[in-house]
Amino acid sequence: MARALITMPTTAKRGDVVEIRTLIAHPMETGYRAGADGAIVPRNLIRRFTCHYHDGRDEVQVFGAELFPAVAANPFIAFTTVATASGTLRFTWSGDQGFTQTETASLTVT
Amino acid sequence: MMKRRDVIGAAAGLVGLVWVRPATADADELAAAVAAFAGGVPVRAGRVEFDIAPLVENGNTVPVTVRVPSPMTEADHVTAIAIFNQRNPQRDVANFTLGPRAGRATVSTRIRLAGSQQLVAVAKMNDGSCWSKTVDVLVTLAACVEP
Amino acid sequence: MKRLALLLLTLGAMPALAADARRSGYDDMSPQVQAMQRDDGVNPAMLWVKEGEAMWARDCARCHGDAATSMRGVAARYPAFDAATQHPITLSQRIASHQRATPLAPESDALLSIESYVAFQSRGLPIAPPADPRLQPFRERGEQLYRRRIGQLDFSCAQCHDEHAGQHLGGSTIPQAHPTGYPMYRLEWQGMASLQRRLRSCMNGVRAEPFAHGAPELVELELYLNARAAGMRIETPAVRP
Repeated sequence: MARALITMPTTAKRGDVVEIRTLIAHPMETGYRAGADGAIVPRNLIRRFTCHYHDGRDEVQVFGAELFPAVAANPFIAFTTVATASGTLRFTWSGDQGFTQTETASLTVT
Repeated sequence: MMKRRDVIGAAAGLVGLVWVRPATADADELAAAVAAFAGGVPVRAGRVEFDIAPLVENGNTVPVTVRVPSPMTEADHVTAIAIFNQRNPQRDVANFTLGPRAGRATVSTRIRLAGSQQLVAVAKMNDGSCWSKTVDVLVTLAACVEP
Repeated sequence: MKRLALLLLTLGAMPALAADARRSGYDDMSPQVQAMQRDDGVNPAMLWVKEGEAMWARDCARCHGDAATSMRGVAARYPAFDAATQHPITLSQRIASHQRATPLAPESDALLSIESYVAFQSRGLPIAPPADPRLQPFRERGEQLYRRRIGQLDFSCAQCHDEHAGQHLGGSTIPQAHPTGYPMYRLEWQGMASLQRRLRSCMNGVRAEPFAHGAPELVELELYLNARAAGMRIETPAVRP
């Protein structure tokens, strides 16, 4: 169940700094834990998160994160970005075992 | 005769020992991790705000916010923020890449703490300087240690 | 009027906790964890509510329409009496086998998601146990289970959660154990959990053999706990340490 939740405004005034909160369902298995049978549960982590902002002219990475086993399960990442022009924000998570997920959100800038 | 309270206390203490490492080795490793991130630039204490509860009731999911007051203009901005720990199995926690498009240098996440320890947040500026904030966090154990 | 009188009589027979002395587990948490529950944009449990919303649209909406209307108040009045089995049934049990050849597995993401979404529609409403006299014998058995000493540590639920609630065990405050926010996100498990999982793990905690998933004892306990918490606000989806 790799459900993701993006919480951010849908509209903003040009130049506003908008707050973006992201959540994604993922166990962030550290690779240090032993399971019920005593064997180590294999590492399974989200390693990277990026936010790209496509504002009609170009697409730019406005934020990035590199995650390690110390990040709690179901990772929560909150950051900010400047509302430059109306467009689409693209959020991408990637990690172990070929994990990759992308979510998008529209921002109307007036 | 062992009282019930003693049994629970002993059990809780045993679990707490699993991932805690000796303090001296960790302090060196923590300093090394910070230095590596800073790329040889001296790291100065200051400018970085590190929000975390001083006393944490569950080390599995600890909210943290790192904030660096900065105009975040092309001329003057934070390029990266990193968090390091002292006593988890690995020093790194998370690295964040920012820039003028961020508007503010504020990042929040939730982290795991394997016991009471020191944490360091480091910020790199576009002028090459590095700043840090160190915090000490007390992590209490969950009362009922069960699956 | 008669049903109300019966309910009040039943609740009057509830020992220990006067309405104003009751505290939700929320009240015993640190401000940081409280903040995690309060804000839907940061509450990890909302991932399951969102999944439940998608499952509802796909599997349930064709009969039940808009959940905000059709499911409002439903979680507040469970466990309810199931005429088919002549036993009380929890919301989780009701959902698990509803319109399915193969029931959803206990503690599965699928079941937790729909149950969270349904219970979420009752957020803010008071727990309202049905004034159904057929539930009474099961509720009484639930109370007996609540007061029975079990396990190697020989504790009853009442000893910790009535007599010692508010005191400390390890580094934590012992809560009064009101089921105000299930299914909920437990930080200790870094995942979503049902009341049954919590009860079973409490039994492990006192070194007792936990009742099996779906055991009548767990349903009776849930029935009693909800009567004991009658009137308290539903917080689903809650966050707990």
